[in-house]
Amino acid sequence: MNLLKPVLAAALALGTALPALAASDGEKTKVGFIYVGPIGDGGWTYEHNQGRLALEKEFGDKVETVYQESVPEGADAERALTQMALGGADLIFTTSFGYMDPTINVAKKFPNVKFEHATGYKRAPNVSTYSARFYEGRAVMGLLAGRMTKSNKIGYIASFPIPEVIRGINASYIHAKKVNPDVEFSVVWAYTWFDPAKEADAAQALIEQGADVILQHTDSTAPQAAAEKAGNVYTFGQASDMAEYKPKPRISSIIDNWAPYYIERTRAVMDGTWESVDTWDGIKEGMVEIGEMTDVIPEEVRKEAMALKESIASGEYAPFTGPLNKQDGTPWLAEGETADDATLAGMNFYVEGLKGDIPN
Amino acid sequence: MDLTAINPVVLIASLMVASTPILLAALGEMVVEKAGVLNLGVEGMMITGAIFGFSAAVETGSPALGFAAAILGGMAISLIFAFLTQVLLSNQVATGLALTLFGLGFSALIGQGYVGIKPPATPRLDLPYLSELPVLGRILFRHDPIVYLSLVLLVAIWLVLRLTRAGLILRAVGENHDAAHSLGFKVVRIRVLAIMFGGACAGLGGAYISLIRVPQWTEGMTAGAGWIALAIVVFAGWRPWGVLLGAYLFGGVTVLQLNLQAAGLAVPVEYLSMSPYLITILVLVIMSADRSRTARGAPASLGRVFHASN
Repeated sequence: MNLLKPVLAAALALGTALPALAASDGEKTKVGFIYVGPIGDGGWTYEHNQGRLALEKEFGDKVETVYQESVPEGADAERALTQMALGGADLIFTTSFGYMDPTINVAKKFPNVKFEHATGYKRAPNVSTYSARFYEGRAVMGLLAGRMTKSNKIGYIASFPIPEVIRGINASYIHAKKVNPDVEFSVVWAYTWFDPAKEADAAQALIEQGADVILQHTDSTAPQAAAEKAGNVYTFGQASDMAEYKPKPRISSIIDNWAPYYIERTRAVMDGTWESVDTWDGIKEGMVEIGEMTDVIPEEVRKEAMALKESIASGEYAPFTGPLNKQDGTPWLAEGETADDATLAGMNFYVEGLKGDIPN
Repeated sequence: MDLTAINPVVLIASLMVASTPILLAALGEMVVEKAGVLNLGVEGMMITGAIFGFSAAVETGSPALGFAAAILGGMAISLIFAFLTQVLLSNQVATGLALTLFGLGFSALIGQGYVGIKPPATPRLDLPYLSELPVLGRILFRHDPIVYLSLVLLVAIWLVLRLTRAGLILRAVGENHDAAHSLGFKVVRIRVLAIMFGGACAGLGGAYISLIRVPQWTEGMTAGAGWIALAIVVFAGWRPWGVLLGAYLFGGVTVLQLNLQAAGLAVPVEYLSMSPYLITILVLVIMSADRSRTARGAPASLGRVFHASN
């Protein structure tokens, strides 16, 4: 299916080459965004684009934004980035994990352009990284999933085996298991961030295997539609509220709110105070929000989930708190011990109880 | 791991649904190529059909009208290709690629107001009595009308190409357009009709994705199905039953590998993920290993520009 992508990228590159020739306005701060999916995906890219729109609203004509959608992760991203930098961008946000190396490579060639890479871990003097602690939201979703399942089988549509996704699986499993010891997780790796047909198939396969709650780490709303068609299956909005599937199958959601960060970083570029930093904010800072829990969830469960959310927000509880073992039974965290950020950032193992292997 | 959890009956029923868009698009493209035209715009025509079908179904509340609009939409966009390649004699490969890019962009434009909307449901057409049959009933006779239509279309195309004069003329045009022309056949007209048929099939396949399989509208939602359809036509050696096998194999392995993952089969996921592509290509290559038959399969004038003064 990837045949399409190079072709598309080539055409997009042609498309952006033209504006790139136009001289950039010296007074305006030009902010670029590289998106992995279309802005109309209803999920991940949609929320990044909301952040971009908030940026325009905040600064009005002091800022000019450009964006490029559906940029393939990998070598083609370098071309897109290079063109954006040549086009006079002062600050470029690359909004998917797979842009990590391209961002670093292009940043080397344009020392005066600032880059911000989402969800990665490689930094440079002109490259910051930022991410949200989605796993905090996943913990709340996991609790809800554990409480809502009747078959005790929870399906999980995973995208790529990277730490961010593995953290999400672990966090939701731990909290589902806590409220429902019989719960089992089936993880399907879709190897895509955005492919509605494939995501729908994955959801369908999980439903056929008896899952009645589905969590997704892919960007489209297709699994929601599949769950709706199947009937008594619950889902959660991913990255965006996915409110059109309320009150059922979507019973709650994790919403990424990038706007404050984008505004703050753009202001830093304008003021000349921009520095390479590593930002990792969660529920407390408002980068991760929990969408409305619908009436389908019994009230006491809603209260329980809210309490979990509050305790994470106040910092009194961390989703990865011991005692926790790794999948193979080796101890990871002792009683009361919490995971440090470095371990979380590079998480490449399942916690005890999860079945199956993480692909390499 | 619990493989007994995979119910073969349910699996076959879902593979038919998963394969139908590719089957429809591939059948259309096969007819186009049989007429000697290589239209690489299948993806663009599919996505155009997807949004035309989706928007029409949402506006009118009728899935049937949606599918009709998808057919018209696919035909309309294929006419652009027909005009450029048959009248202006442009390069077919470049024009086809352009058609795909145009279709993707154009559909995104039309689709702006349709993101996040749910289409009206397409009712399943359970064939009376037959759908009550054990096993076979669930597999074959409890689908939506488009699944049946795709199979009827397959048989019809096979019969027409094989047994009728029209089919013979179409093949003649594809094999040697100069000879066909000298016999008095309207090469350009026949090719334009074939291209429109291909557009209609691709449009229908696209609408199947947006109205039944997913069902919703998102930009770029065909996600390469058109390219798979193109590849299947070639690997199937331009034979209708080969196309059916290729499409069902691809759809089937896709569904199966997801089910195997969900059931927790201890095979590395990487292998499972690549298996649809690998197995489909392998089987079709083995099938067409017989050189003499493959050579007969590829239309001799495929992709060549025809001009009457030649």
